[in-house]
Amino acid sequence: MSAPLLSLNEVTRTYTSRKGLFGTPVAVQAVAGVSLEVRPGETLGIVGESGSGKSTMGRMALGLEAPDSGSVRFDGAAMPDPGSESWRSLRKRAQMVFQDPLGALDRRLPVADQIGEPLEIHGIGDKAARAAAIARSLEMTGLSADHGRRFPHELSGGQRQRVIIARALITDPELLVCDEPVSALDVSIQAQVVNLLIDLQAERGLAMIFISHDLRVVRQISQRVAVMYLGHIVEEGTAEEVLRDPQHPYTRALVSAAPVPGARQRQRVILTGEPPNPAARPSGCAFHPRCPLATDRCRAEMPVLTRLAPGRRAACHLIQHTPAGMAAK
Amino acid sequence: MAGPLIRIEGLRVAFDGAPAVRGVDFAIHRGEALGIVGESGSGKSVTWLAALRLLPEKAVVEGRVSLDDDNLLEAPIERMEHLRGGRIGMIFQDPASALNPVLTIRRQMAEALALHRGLSGKSIDAEARRLLDLVGIPDAAGRLKSYPHEMSGGQNQRVMIAMALAGNPDLLIADEPTTALDVTIQAQILDLLQLVRRETDMALVLISHDLGVVAENCDRVAVMYAGRVVEEAPARTLFEAPRHPYTRGLIDALPTLDAPRRLVAIPGVVPDPRRMPPGCAFSPRCAHAAPACLGAVPELRRLEPGRRIACARAAELDLQPAATALPAETARPEVRA
Repeated sequence: MSAPLLSLNEVTRTYTSRKGLFGTPVAVQAVAGVSLEVRPGETLGIVGESGSGKSTMGRMALGLEAPDSGSVRFDGAAMPDPGSESWRSLRKRAQMVFQDPLGALDRRLPVADQIGEPLEIHGIGDKAARAAAIARSLEMTGLSADHGRRFPHELSGGQRQRVIIARALITDPELLVCDEPVSALDVSIQAQVVNLLIDLQAERGLAMIFISHDLRVVRQISQRVAVMYLGHIVEEGTAEEVLRDPQHPYTRALVSAAPVPGARQRQRVILTGEPPNPAARPSGCAFHPRCPLATDRCRAEMPVLTRLAPGRRAACHLIQHTPAGMAAK
Repeated sequence: MAGPLIRIEGLRVAFDGAPAVRGVDFAIHRGEALGIVGESGSGKSVTWLAALRLLPEKAVVEGRVSLDDDNLLEAPIERMEHLRGGRIGMIFQDPASALNPVLTIRRQMAEALALHRGLSGKSIDAEARRLLDLVGIPDAAGRLKSYPHEMSGGQNQRVMIAMALAGNPDLLIADEPTTALDVTIQAQILDLLQLVRRETDMALVLISHDLGVVAENCDRVAVMYAGRVVEEAPARTLFEAPRHPYTRGLIDALPTLDAPRRLVAIPGVVPDPRRMPPGCAFSPRCAHAAPACLGAVPELRRLEPGRRIACARAAELDLQPAATALPAETARPEVRA
């Protein structure tokens, strides 16, 4: 197995939030001691609801935010501090694709200029070389030279998302972090962009972190999946294993909640209770107030992410930690 | 069977000369759930906003919307105000912006209960509490004193549903009611809508871009494209044997939790309403387009009861799933709680 391109080791990230103007500041732990690895050419899907810390994970993976504790390593070296010289040069090796392409683009510039911006920032190539790279990037993402001359508002949502991907790819990065890249797109266009990402990844051996709340898209695109709940990973494994045979009750509920076209009315696991609030983390297992199987132990003691099988981890007191136990549950 | 509860006939809507809805007919019976799917710009929301006269002045609306003997498009505005929130309830995608941020939940519910049910004083409180209980809000009495920002998105959406139910509606129109919510909360809300429908024999129109959501929660599904219904069928039938290439396309483009397969994207984009292609609006993106498709706009023809299709080639096309079928074993196991 190859060495990881990116590894996060026990990272935590805490924000302070204040309720009202004069309220006392409350520490909100967005990510609470998470370890993850991404290998070259591999796509890791990070799944979770709002407040799970999945976007904060993505930002730490790129070094856009430094963890409060723990470490991030990229290609074997420690992630430099945000804003430093070495951090800037790392930017061209690891890029981000955001959810809202219109917000990430400058309305007053033709999109080709914006696709080329990373080359200028990193001082790569002369004018002719940059123009050639822009043309290549446009072509790679299925856009024409004519599209390049247009302004963001003259393009459709799917085309704008291609522009964002073209810009992220122009520096030939090794890692792409995609945060909900297709959530705002219609199904037919979403399929175009998902296929594009899969193809680009296969052709270029990109490593990818694909952050989404949509399990169906994550299943399509990821080799491995990590499920997050309130700042913790509760389950991790190959996409196939985690989504076909979920072990953690939360993953089971997520899988069960995903709508299936053509399915008859199924017996769904409907979670009761409120969505997780990072500012009011429950004791013990953070999921216990919504868990249909919670016991006294779950209310008191936090479960540890434990290895169930090679590459398969889960954090639940109720899972027997033997390979046979998995099936028995 | 009695006649339909509400019937839309020949509905057309245009904004500044650009057609948004180009001739739509629907009939919905009491207690029935009709799903409407389509991409942005398909006219799925505009159809219902027009039927309820909620569009801005500049929208030109033609056709007929009958609820009993009323033609809603010609009814006096006072009559409409009485019907909206009364016999017809509505919930929208974004509960946060549909609720008034400076009024308590009680005040907002009281308004609906006073207007549509003629309640006052103590009976308002009692009924408001009953409705919040019905939609599964814990501590209903305490929650009446809350403001929308003090509650989560899922709770606000429940309040919206409670308010929509305040007038004891015969018809509830839910426009993307769960799109802004997390998946587990989405499942709760959809479940709640089913429960309410069973208990009150209310008809439901569920508008969504998500075929999965619509398939699981509706009896009948209509697919809209560029301002027209292109196919309508019982939910199961539509997904098992779609007859319109666009419906087939939407199904093939949808990722599933089963083993990954190549998604089949629909090439191109939705046409600009000002530059509609001649004939079938889907023909520029359709793999099966033939010269016959470029002549007239295909009529929405009835194949059998509850099954309509608007495709010039419907009779000759055999629309097989584009992806290779997956072995049955890879289907997801039933999840037990």
